[in-house]
Amino acid sequence: MDGEVTTEAVEQRIFEILATFGADSDAVAREATFEQLDIDSLDLVELAQIVDEEYDVQVTTEDAEKLTTVGDAIELIASRMS
Amino acid sequence: MADGERCALVTGASRGIGAAIASRLAADGWPVAVNFRDGEEGAAATVAAVEAAGGRACAIQADVARPESADALFAAAEARLGPVLALVNNAGVSQDNLCAAMSDEEFTAVLDVNLTAAFRLTRRALRGMLRARFGRIVNVGSIVGLRGNPGQVNYAASKAGLTAMTRTVAGEVARRGITANVVAPGLIETAMTAELQADLVRSVPARRAGSPDEVAACVGFLASDAASYVNGATLVVDGGLTA
Repeated sequence: MDGEVTTEAVEQRIFEILATFGADSDAVAREATFEQLDIDSLDLVELAQIVDEEYDVQVTTEDAEKLTTVGDAIELIASRMS
Repeated sequence: MADGERCALVTGASRGIGAAIASRLAADGWPVAVNFRDGEEGAAATVAAVEAAGGRACAIQADVARPESADALFAAAEARLGPVLALVNNAGVSQDNLCAAMSDEEFTAVLDVNLTAAFRLTRRALRGMLRARFGRIVNVGSIVGLRGNPGQVNYAASKAGLTAMTRTVAGEVARRGITANVVAPGLIETAMTAELQADLVRSVPARRAGSPDEVAACVGFLASDAASYVNGATLVVDGGLTA
């Protein structure tokens, strides 16, 4: 685990990934919900795969079901990196 | 796409339909990973045929029924040829018996290869295909999976399952440029069906068995850009047997 990765860096990366999924980059924010961004379950599976590859953090389908906002995802990922 | 940016993986490609599919895809421009379990010589012959025709291929040993094979197979194919953006689940076995006499082992051994392995390989393939926003999954089913066949309860169940799995995957990933389709052969001239031929040919409207190349041509089409809007389909290749 790379101790240098900050929550801000994770946030930036998650924002980038969501934009590649087709979310309006102006609308991507911590408080935005995945529903508002039109991010669906397949997007979340792909997000989990990227997070696993880049941060070695596992986000299960069960975890993903509990995520409502982008901020929820950032907090979950950041908490599992520490 | 440039060479090294993609490849096709064909399971069970050391002989028969799988070997023909590997040659077809290579002729269509795909570098091809030729998977085999025991048929090392056959796989080498498949690779040699591809190379003689100016294509690229490599042979990769793996028993797809083993859970750990999917990762190993993909790692090997990707290291040698590039990301796997076409997957052909062709590896199949049969172990015939009447349902009333079939053991659990006979049933599950066929399901493990024909259905569960295809699921694991599909799941593994989707990882890269989702990222690439492109993918072609072609599963080799059978008309037996569409109508049943006495003595093949395990095989029929596996191929019917494969067909339903394919349709489901198509619905899940179509919006990412990924297609998943089935080619369902009827009576085809291969070692696996050799002893069945004489009796069955009479019942085929075409009055002959099909060739592996005739199946491979359909796989080639479904893997091509031309088939980009064909998704969740079953293409029957049976000389009219189920018509």
